[in-house]
Amino acid sequence: MYRYDDFDRSIVQERVAQYRNQLERHLAGKIGEDEFRPLRLQNGLYIQRHAPMLRIAAPYGLLSATQMRKLAHIARRYDRGYGHFTTRQNIQLNWVKLEETADILAELASVDMHAIQTSGNCVRNITSDEFAGITRDEIIDPRPLAEILRQWSTFHPEFAYLPRKFKIAVSGSREDRAATAFHDIGLFALRSPSGERGFRVSVGGGMGRTPIIGTVIRDFLPWQEYLNYCEAILRVYNRYGRRDNLWKARIKILVRSLGAEEFARQVEADYTHLAGGQGTVTQEEYERVAAHFVPFVYATGLADAVDTRGDKPFARWIERNVHTHRVTGYRAVVLSLKKTGTAPGDATAEQMDLVADWSERYGFGELRVTHEQNLVLPDVRVDQLFALWHEVRAAGLATPNIGLLTDIISCPGGDFCGLANAKSIPIAQAIQRRFDDLDYVHDLGEIDLNISGCINSCGHHHVGHIGILGVDKDGSEWYQVSLGGADGSSAGNGRVGIGRIIGPSFAADEVPGVIERLIDVYVAQREEGERFVETVARLGIEPFKQGVYGSRKDAHQTLAEVA
Amino acid sequence: MSSVILRADGTWTADAARLVRDATAEVVAGDIVPLSTYLGLALAVRAQVGVWLAPDSEPGELAAFASEPKLIAVDFPAFKDGRGFSTATLLRGRYGFRGELRAIGDVLIDQLFYLRRVGFTSFALRVDQDPETAVAALRTFTDVYQASVDQPLPYFRRRAALGALL
Repeated sequence: MYRYDDFDRSIVQERVAQYRNQLERHLAGKIGEDEFRPLRLQNGLYIQRHAPMLRIAAPYGLLSATQMRKLAHIARRYDRGYGHFTTRQNIQLNWVKLEETADILAELASVDMHAIQTSGNCVRNITSDEFAGITRDEIIDPRPLAEILRQWSTFHPEFAYLPRKFKIAVSGSREDRAATAFHDIGLFALRSPSGERGFRVSVGGGMGRTPIIGTVIRDFLPWQEYLNYCEAILRVYNRYGRRDNLWKARIKILVRSLGAEEFARQVEADYTHLAGGQGTVTQEEYERVAAHFVPFVYATGLADAVDTRGDKPFARWIERNVHTHRVTGYRAVVLSLKKTGTAPGDATAEQMDLVADWSERYGFGELRVTHEQNLVLPDVRVDQLFALWHEVRAAGLATPNIGLLTDIISCPGGDFCGLANAKSIPIAQAIQRRFDDLDYVHDLGEIDLNISGCINSCGHHHVGHIGILGVDKDGSEWYQVSLGGADGSSAGNGRVGIGRIIGPSFAADEVPGVIERLIDVYVAQREEGERFVETVARLGIEPFKQGVYGSRKDAHQTLAEVA
Repeated sequence: MSSVILRADGTWTADAARLVRDATAEVVAGDIVPLSTYLGLALAVRAQVGVWLAPDSEPGELAAFASEPKLIAVDFPAFKDGRGFSTATLLRGRYGFRGELRAIGDVLIDQLFYLRRVGFTSFALRVDQDPETAVAALRTFTDVYQASVDQPLPYFRRRAALGALL
C-alpha cells in the first residue's frame, strides 16, 4: 500500500482538526443540520437508521496490517466489534456515536487513514483492480495512478460541491476487474497502435435509478494527461449538471441530455486549455509515487506448482480462492467474507486482527479489499498455502466459494441503512442456506448474485448475473429479480450488461425458491462449459420466466396484482 | 444588510456596496449590478460599478470587454451550489481577470478555504457568520496537492524545489 510522507500526513491531520472544529460548532448549535450535512458526509459520516454510520476510505482497496489492526481496535472501542467491507472497497462502521467521530478520525490519522470524501457530492474513493501490481495481464500498474488521482481529488477546491456524487475507477489490466463501464469516469488501460500506454475514457456509467453503461468519449488518452482530462470532464459536469432534481443530477443524465458527442466536444474544448500543462503527470512523479508502494523483495527460485496432497477441500480452496501472481512461486489468496450465515462483507474485530497477522506472516504486511466484499492476501508463497489454509479455515474465512453463487454481493440493507426499502442481508443468508451443498454450487460455476436493498444499488444488483432489488410496495418489502447483468470481468467472460427484470416481485420467503428455479432452468438448458450468464444471453430471459412463474399460475396472479 | 466583507488577507469591514438584484433598478456609482444590466451600461458608467454573475452566467460574456470591471461578484444562492467555483476558476485562469472577485449570497465559513483557492479575494459573509471563526477557516490547510488559482503548480511540480524527502 501507499506509504505516506510528512506532507500527506499533515494534510490528513489538518483535516481532523478542521472536522473537530466543525463538529464542536455543530454540537454548540452554531452550524445547523443542513449546513453540517455536507461537512460530515465529506468525512464519511451518515446519519442512519439506528446510529451514525462511518465510511472509512481504503484507497483503491489497499490496507496495511497496521491499518487493519487499527480498524479492529476502532470497531471494538467505538462500535460493536465488527465492520462491513463495501463494494467501493471501503469499510463501514454502523454504530458509532456522533460525539466520538472526531476521535475516530484522529485514531485513523495516526495510521495514515481517513474518511475523506467517502460520501457527499464530490469525487469519491478511487477504485481499482484488487490484483493491481501482482497480476500477469497488466498494461500499467494502476496503483500509482489511482494514488495521484486520489491526491488530486482530495479537497479539490473547484469540485467539492458537485451536483451529485462522482465515482472514478482505474483499471490497468486486460481484464476489467474494476467495472469501469459503471463509473462516472472509467479509465481502462490499453496501448495505442504505436505502443504507447494510456486509457480508454468512458463517462456516465452507473447504476442507481437509471442504470447506464458508460459511453466512450476518448478511445485513447495518453496516461500522462489523465488528470487534465478528468478536470475537463468535471468542469463541464460541475457547470452544466442538473441541480434541480436529486434523481437527475448524476453526470449520466447530462451526457444523455447533451448527447455523448456534444458532451465530448465540450470536454475536448476545455481540455485544449489544459493539455500539456502543469497538470500533465511526469514520468518522474509516477516513479516517485510508485516507490511509495514499497517494491517488495520476493523470494526467487520457488517452485510454482501447488501440491494439493490429495486433499479435496484444500484443492477446492486452491481452485476457487487462490489467484495467479506475476511472480513465480507466489499467489494471491482471497479470504471469503461470505460464509453461510454471516452478513456478506462483514468481518469481526477478531477476524481483522487475524487477517492482519496473516498478512505479515504470509506476505509483506499488505491487504486488499475487493469490490465483491472479500479480502485478499496478495503475496503468499506457494509452499505456505497449505499452512495458511488451515489457519484461515479455523477462522471461518476459507469458504471456497469465490465467484460462485454464494459469493453474494449485498448492501447492508434495511437492517442498517436509512435509505433502504427492504432488508438484504437476511435474503443473502437465506439463499446461502438454500445452496449449502458445495459440490452443487461448484458444479454451477461462476454466477454473480448481487442484492441491493434499494434503487441506489449499493449491492450492484444491475450487474449481477442474477440481481435482486428490494422494493417497497404499500409499506411491505418485496424483491424484484433481474437476469443477465455483467460488470465486464471474466466472471461473465468480459460481458458488460444491465440485468433485465423477469417479472413481478416476490415476498422475502419466496426468493430462495425463485433462485432455485432459475438455477434449475440453467442446469437443464446449459451447453457444455457454458456459464449461467452465457446461457441467459443465448436463450434470453423467457425460459427463466417460464421456470419461475409458469408452473405457479396462482402465485403469478397474486404477484402480478401487487406488482 | 449589515453583512461583513471579509478579505482573503483576513481583514474585514462592513459591507458598503449596494447589491442590485433587480435588473430594472436605477444604477448609481458603487453598485454591484446584474450582468445583463452591466452589459447595457455605457463604458464610463461601467467603470464605476461592479457586476455580479448568477450560477448559470457565462463568465466568457465578460471576457470580451477590454476594460475589465473593478469588481466581479459571483452569487451563491445556496452554499451547496458549486457552479460559482468553476466560474471563479475560469474568470481568473482562462479570462485573466485581475480585479476583486467577491463571493456573495449564501457565503459560509466552511466553504471559505475552497472559495479563496479558486480566486475569490473577498467574501460577503452571511450575516450570522462569525468573522473571527471565518478568518481562521481561510487557513485550514497549510498546503495543498492540486493546482488552482491561488497555487498554479500542483505539489508534485513543487516538491523538488521544496526539498521534500521521498
